Amino acid sequence: MSDLRDKKGYENWDEAGVARFEALLAAEEKVEPRDWMPDGYRKLLVRQISQHAHSEVVGMLPEGNWLTRAPTLKRKAVLLAKIQDEAGHALYLYSACETLGTTRDETIEALHDGRAKYSSIFNYPTLTWADIGAIGWLVDGAAIVNQVMLCRCSYGPYARAMERICKEESFHQRQGYEIVTKLAQGTPEQKKMAQEALNRWWWPSLMMFGPHDSESTHGNQSTEWKIKRRSNDDLRQHFVDMTVPQAEILGLTVPDPDLKWNEERGHYDFGPIDWDEFKRVLKGGGPVGRERLNARRKAWEDGAWVREAALAHAEKRRARRQAAAAE
Amino acid sequence: MTTATDIDRKSLTEYLLRLGDTSLILGHRLSEWCGHGPVLEEDIAMSNIALDLIGQARLLYTYAGTVEGEGRDEDDFAFKRDVTDWKNLLLAEQPNGDFAATMVRQFLIDCFNVELYTSLSKSTDTELAAIAAKSLKEVTYHRRHSGEWIIRMGDGTDESHRRVQRALDDHWIFVDELFETDALDAAIVAAGIGPDLKSLRPAWDSMVDRVLAEATLTRPQTDFPRSGGRTGSHSEYLGFILSDLQFMQRAYPGMEW
Amino acid sequence: MPASSREWPLWEIFVRSRQGLSHKHVGSLRAVDAEMAIQNARDVYTRRREGESIWVVEASHIHASQPESRGPFFDPADDKIYRHPTFYDVPDGVENM
Repeated sequence: MSDLRDKKGYENWDEAGVARFEALLAAEEKVEPRDWMPDGYRKLLVRQISQHAHSEVVGMLPEGNWLTRAPTLKRKAVLLAKIQDEAGHALYLYSACETLGTTRDETIEALHDGRAKYSSIFNYPTLTWADIGAIGWLVDGAAIVNQVMLCRCSYGPYARAMERICKEESFHQRQGYEIVTKLAQGTPEQKKMAQEALNRWWWPSLMMFGPHDSESTHGNQSTEWKIKRRSNDDLRQHFVDMTVPQAEILGLTVPDPDLKWNEERGHYDFGPIDWDEFKRVLKGGGPVGRERLNARRKAWEDGAWVREAALAHAEKRRARRQAAAAE
Repeated sequence: MTTATDIDRKSLTEYLLRLGDTSLILGHRLSEWCGHGPVLEEDIAMSNIALDLIGQARLLYTYAGTVEGEGRDEDDFAFKRDVTDWKNLLLAEQPNGDFAATMVRQFLIDCFNVELYTSLSKSTDTELAAIAAKSLKEVTYHRRHSGEWIIRMGDGTDESHRRVQRALDDHWIFVDELFETDALDAAIVAAGIGPDLKSLRPAWDSMVDRVLAEATLTRPQTDFPRSGGRTGSHSEYLGFILSDLQFMQRAYPGMEW
Repeated sequence: MPASSREWPLWEIFVRSRQGLSHKHVGSLRAVDAEMAIQNARDVYTRRREGESIWVVEASHIHASQPESRGPFFDPADDKIYRHPTFYDVPDGVENM
C-alpha cells in the first residue's frame, strides 16, 4: 500500500484513509461522499460525471429539433417524455457531482467556457425523422451498454444515479427501434430514410465508446479505481454483437464492408474506425458543435434574470415572515 | 357513453375541437422550450405541463372522431387541417417570447382552464365529463405552477417585474376572447354539455386579481380586444406553427410512423 | 453573463413510494424555497408515479456523523449479539416465539 504514496492522484495521502479506501474497493463496496478518497479519484469522477451530465443536456438539442415536427401526436408525446427524462438524468448526474464538492453552476460554467466536454455524438445534426429513431436505437443503445457497467462503479452516488437512469432509459432505446422498424417496414421512401440514418449514425455510435484500449489515457487508472469495469473495446464489441442482428431483422445494412461473424471468436469482426474524424468532432470542429454550445449558453444567459428573480422573491418572502414573527 | 341527444354531432365535434386545439397549440408552444429552460428543474416542469396538454388534446380529438363518426382519428385532426379550420384561442398561439411572456400566457389560460374543466367535469356528456375530470387535476397543478412564477417575477427584481408587467400588458388583448360565446356555445349550454363561458369570468377575475395583487402587478386595461380564434380567424403565427407541426404528414402523406 | 450569479440552494429529496413505507432519500435538486423544492421534486423524482409523499430538506440543514469516527461510533454495537433474537436457544417444539 505504501507504494501508492508517491503515486499520482494520492497527493492528499492519509494512512488510515487510504487503508479504508483500498479495503472498500477490494471488498466491492461503495465509496461514499464523506469517505476519504484520493484527490485523483475525486478529480477523475468529477470529470467523468460532469461530462456525462453535459452530454445529457446537450443531447436534448438534436432531438429537441424534432419535437415540433414529430409525425404523429403519439410520437410527439413519447419524444417529449424521452427528452424530459434526459433533463432528469442530467439533474441526477449534476447531483452526484455535487456530492464531490463541485456545485452545479460551477460544473455548467465549465461546459460553457469550453473547459468541460460532452459526448461528441451530439455534434452531428438530426436531418430527418429517421435520425430520431437512429438516436434512440443506436446512441441510447450504446449509452445503455456503458451505463449498465457504471451501475457497478465504486462511487456510491454515481452508481445510484446510474441505476435510476438505466431503469428510466429502458424505454428510450425501444421507442427509437420502434421508429426505425416502422420506417423499415414502410414505403421505399421511408426505408431509404431509415437506411440513410443508419449510415450516418453507425460509426459515430461505435466511436462513443472512446479510443481503443491501447490508446485510452484514463482507462487504466479508472479501472484500478473500479469506476470503469469493462474496457472500451470490450464494450464496443458487445454493442456491435447486440446491434447487428437487430439491423438484420429490419432488413437494413450496417455500413461496414468488413463486418462479418467470426465463428472462432464468437463475435462480429468489424472494420477500422476513422479516428481522425473522431478527433475532429471531439475538438468541436464537427458540423454543429458551435451551435450546440451557443444554444446552451443562450438558454443559461437568457435564464439568468429568471433565476435571480426567484431568489430575490424567496428572500423577500423570508424577510417578511421573519418580520411578522418578530412582532 | 351517453352523448347528449339534443345536440347534433357536428356541433359537439366542433366544440371538442375548440377544446382540443387550444390544448395542443399551447402544448406545442411549451414544447419549444424543451432544452432551453432557465434552469433544469423548470425545463422538466414545462415539459410535464406540455405533456399534460398534448395528452388532453389526444383524448379530446379521439372523442371528437367518435362523435363525428367519419373515421377521423387524433392525427387527422392535428395534421390535416389548415389554419382556418383550427379553433384554438388566439392566446395559445402567441409566441413564447421570454420566460415572462410564456408564463403570463400560461397563467391566463390555466386560470380559465381550471374554471372550464371544473364545470365540464359535471357535463351531461359522460365521456367529456371523464376527460374533464382527468384534465382538471392537471390544470389545477399548472395554475399553481404558473401562478407562483407570476408572483416570483412580479415581486422579484426590478427587471423581472418590468418584464412580467410588459408581458401582461401585451397579452391582455386576448383575454376577452376566453369568455366570448356564440351560437354553438348557446347550444352546448342548452344541452347541459358545457358552461356559459361568461359565467366563468368572475371566478377567473378573482383568481387573477389575487395573484396580480400578490405579485404587485397592475391589471391592464384594453380598448381593443382581439378574438376570432374559435371560428378560425387566427394570427399569422398559427400558420408557422402548422408548417412545423404538419411537415411530416404533408411531405409524406398517407404513411405509418 | 457574470459567472458570479447566485446559485439556488441545494435540497435533499425524500420520497415515500407508498403508504406504509418510510420516506427514502432519492437525490437532490435546486430550488429557491421549500415550496419550489417540493414542486420540482414532484416533476423530477415522481414522473412515473414513484411516490405519494415528498419531504424536502435544505442540504445545509443536514447534520451527519463523522466518517472518521466510524470505528468508535458503530463498532461497539458489533458484539452486542444478545440484541438479536437468534442469540437465544428455544427448545424444539416451542412455537409462536
